[in-house]
Amino acid sequence: MSADTLQGGFADAPREAARAFRACLDVMARPGTIAEVSGAVPPAPLSIGAGVILLTLCDPDTPVYLAGRMDSPEIRQWISFHAGAPITETRAEASFAFGTWEALLPLAEFPIGSAEYPDRSTTLVVALDRLEPDMGARISGPGIRDVARLPLPDTEAFQDNHLLYPQGLDFFFTAGARIAALPRSTKVEGV
Amino acid sequence: MTDYNFAYLDEQTKRMIRRAILKGMAIPGYQVPFASREMPMPYGWGTGGVQVSAAVLTPEDCFKVIDQGADDTTNAVSIRRFFEKTAGVAVTERTAEASVIQTRHRIPEEALREDQIIVYQVPIPEPLRFLEPRETETRKMHSLEEYGLMHVKLYEDIAQHGNIATAYAYPVKVEGRYVMDPSPIPKFDNPKLEMDAIQLFGAGREQRIYALPPHTKVVSLDFEDHPFDPSKADHPCAICGAEDSYLDEVITDDAGGRMFVCSDTDYCRGRVEAAAGAKAEDAA
Amino acid sequence: MYVAVKGGEKAIDNAHAWLAEERRGDPQVPELSLAQIREQMALAVNRVMSEGSLYDPDLAALAIKQSRGDLIEAIFLIRAYRTTLPRFGATRPIETGEMRCERRVSATFKDLPGGQILGPTFDYTHRLLDFKLAAEGEAPQPAEEAEGSAGPVPHVTEFLNRDGLIESEARDEAVPPDLTRAPLELPANRALRLQSLTRGDEGFLLGLAYSTQRGYARNHAFVGELRIGAVAIEMDIPELGFAVEIGEITVTECETVNQFKGSKTEPPQFTRGYGLVFGQTERKAISMALVDRALRWRELGEENQGAPAQDEEFVLSHADNIQATGFLEHIKLPHYVDFQSELELIRKIRAEAEAYQAAQSKTPEAAE
Repeated sequence: MSADTLQGGFADAPREAARAFRACLDVMARPGTIAEVSGAVPPAPLSIGAGVILLTLCDPDTPVYLAGRMDSPEIRQWISFHAGAPITETRAEASFAFGTWEALLPLAEFPIGSAEYPDRSTTLVVALDRLEPDMGARISGPGIRDVARLPLPDTEAFQDNHLLYPQGLDFFFTAGARIAALPRSTKVEGV
Repeated sequence: MTDYNFAYLDEQTKRMIRRAILKGMAIPGYQVPFASREMPMPYGWGTGGVQVSAAVLTPEDCFKVIDQGADDTTNAVSIRRFFEKTAGVAVTERTAEASVIQTRHRIPEEALREDQIIVYQVPIPEPLRFLEPRETETRKMHSLEEYGLMHVKLYEDIAQHGNIATAYAYPVKVEGRYVMDPSPIPKFDNPKLEMDAIQLFGAGREQRIYALPPHTKVVSLDFEDHPFDPSKADHPCAICGAEDSYLDEVITDDAGGRMFVCSDTDYCRGRVEAAAGAKAEDAA
Repeated sequence: MYVAVKGGEKAIDNAHAWLAEERRGDPQVPELSLAQIREQMALAVNRVMSEGSLYDPDLAALAIKQSRGDLIEAIFLIRAYRTTLPRFGATRPIETGEMRCERRVSATFKDLPGGQILGPTFDYTHRLLDFKLAAEGEAPQPAEEAEGSAGPVPHVTEFLNRDGLIESEARDEAVPPDLTRAPLELPANRALRLQSLTRGDEGFLLGLAYSTQRGYARNHAFVGELRIGAVAIEMDIPELGFAVEIGEITVTECETVNQFKGSKTEPPQFTRGYGLVFGQTERKAISMALVDRALRWRELGEENQGAPAQDEEFVLSHADNIQATGFLEHIKLPHYVDFQSELELIRKIRAEAEAYQAAQSKTPEAAE
């Protein structure tokens, strides 16, 4: 275990996690909203935003899937030390998945929940290069007064996901310390 | 209470509840099972709401607790004190000042804002429970969107009483998909369920959490020839004169004397203060 | 002018102070010590430990003292404390065959290896109030001690198993679900059912078990064996690479031998019910075994008679006395708002009905 592994966790977990969760809740409740978070400094290429989401929501009860370059020994050690979450190489077992959009594709193997338990689905944390407000796809649905915008890496995939409702995947997007979200309930209309 | 963690629950429990809240947010009106913990207050006394509040509160929050619309009812006092002690949060009785409001049986009269969260205590989260006692059956009915039983029940009410005989915990349909129990609020409050704030519902004993994001479409079940009627007592408040608020009936003597006063004590106080302020201004 | 009822905070403080005073009772009477409760109210302590799901006699004694002897309240205190404790790991399954039995009876065999040990039981006491106890006299004479049985005491069901007369219980290495860490999901497997039953309310299980004896899913139970005694608790220590004994607990185990089943292809075999409870808790362990057996109807290919004890969802959803008492007692809380909404509705419906009747009586031809 390297010294870096021990760094970059929450300094005051109960309070920092509480604040971070409120940011997660806010963006999930209001798709299109972008929040800034802090408190975690994970090894690259995991962003601050992704690191904060991970420390806030992942633990020994949530298998984590690391896609592409996110799957490095440094990141595995960091997750294991700070969150205690088991790393899975099987998408079908993942409670959470971290990666770039390209690395996370295809989405088909991630669980979308069952008809009786649609909540038993993976939450994907997608690393984007940029996350700017009021740009990108037009989105509507619960949490949105009329129409909002969110810079999504794709349109069709999210439309297909919405068609599975109430089953489906839920997404966080991160760029640096910024986070946004797109639940399955959101209708994506394209750019 | 230094022996206990911030907001009482341990971090792993909070994470489990937080994950359930987020899934609830992503599937409005769907009841997410969660591993409810034994809390230091009895099941049925708000343990679901307390666990949700514990998972949501930050040190910067200002917390308000109401029971039957009032801040000073004993159980509201007890829950407010619990979080004052365990989370060190500021507390208030004023709806507008609160960032998180835990409630039992009422939605405040004052419209809630985007930056507020309301947490409902829920005794029986399953709207179909009194029609079908088995969880295994009702879960199937939700999955198949099979709500005929509920419509039959409401229709039988009309046939028998000329009215839908449900006055509180009046079922709603969320975004055209899940039938949801809004907790035992009077049906007068149902129209307020479409609001700007985040709404979270916690049922501790029944181990369920559900949610409504802001601006979610929430429709009270009804029939074309018997539209939903959010009625209330046809009186003004005897204290503040409000005609738009839900009223408690108070028995004043043993000769049939009664009066009606706002159940939302903060709303009533605010109106009385505003009237006094206006009077003072007029005098000056 | 009317002023809304206030004073909730003060009322609570005063109620708590009064409660503390009542709990202590007359200060002229010496206060109970935890050791007195632990040693002299041991069966109450055992019940609190088993339904509280926490094996700690001193804490259970404290909870009984604090709750003024209300055992469900004491169980609640223990549960609420237990849920805050950090979890270090899981122990190995206990080996009841290695139990140091202080009581062991079989209703199926007159004599058997390991012998019958009557032990400290109320069974053959005549239920006559012992006024000597009221005099708070001397300590009782110690009982004559027989030579303890050395080595393992085999289970009665194993004798039957040797001849294939009873269903064999396959060893299951799967990690059992944990009712205290995951929401109850139905249908449940047997491990989860047993977990729910062992922390379930003794009175509820007793009633259900009794109902099976009276014909509501009767399953002809014999107490194959009831044993009470201490067993070792062992935990694997990964750093050491072997298991270490970390303590001892007393448990009550009941194995029932029940009506047999068989078919044209399979010779008949006896079936089993199982009860295992912390401490000396015989009534609970026997009840548990009977209810466990009743709940197994599906797996044993029996008929569902619609009996309460066969209904897994009914039994598991209502066995927990902390859930039950909380919800039952919550109806003491104010329900002004709900009641008010019902009042308005019933007044409206009555007004409509009266208006209708009035209209009917004005038009005589319609009122026939």
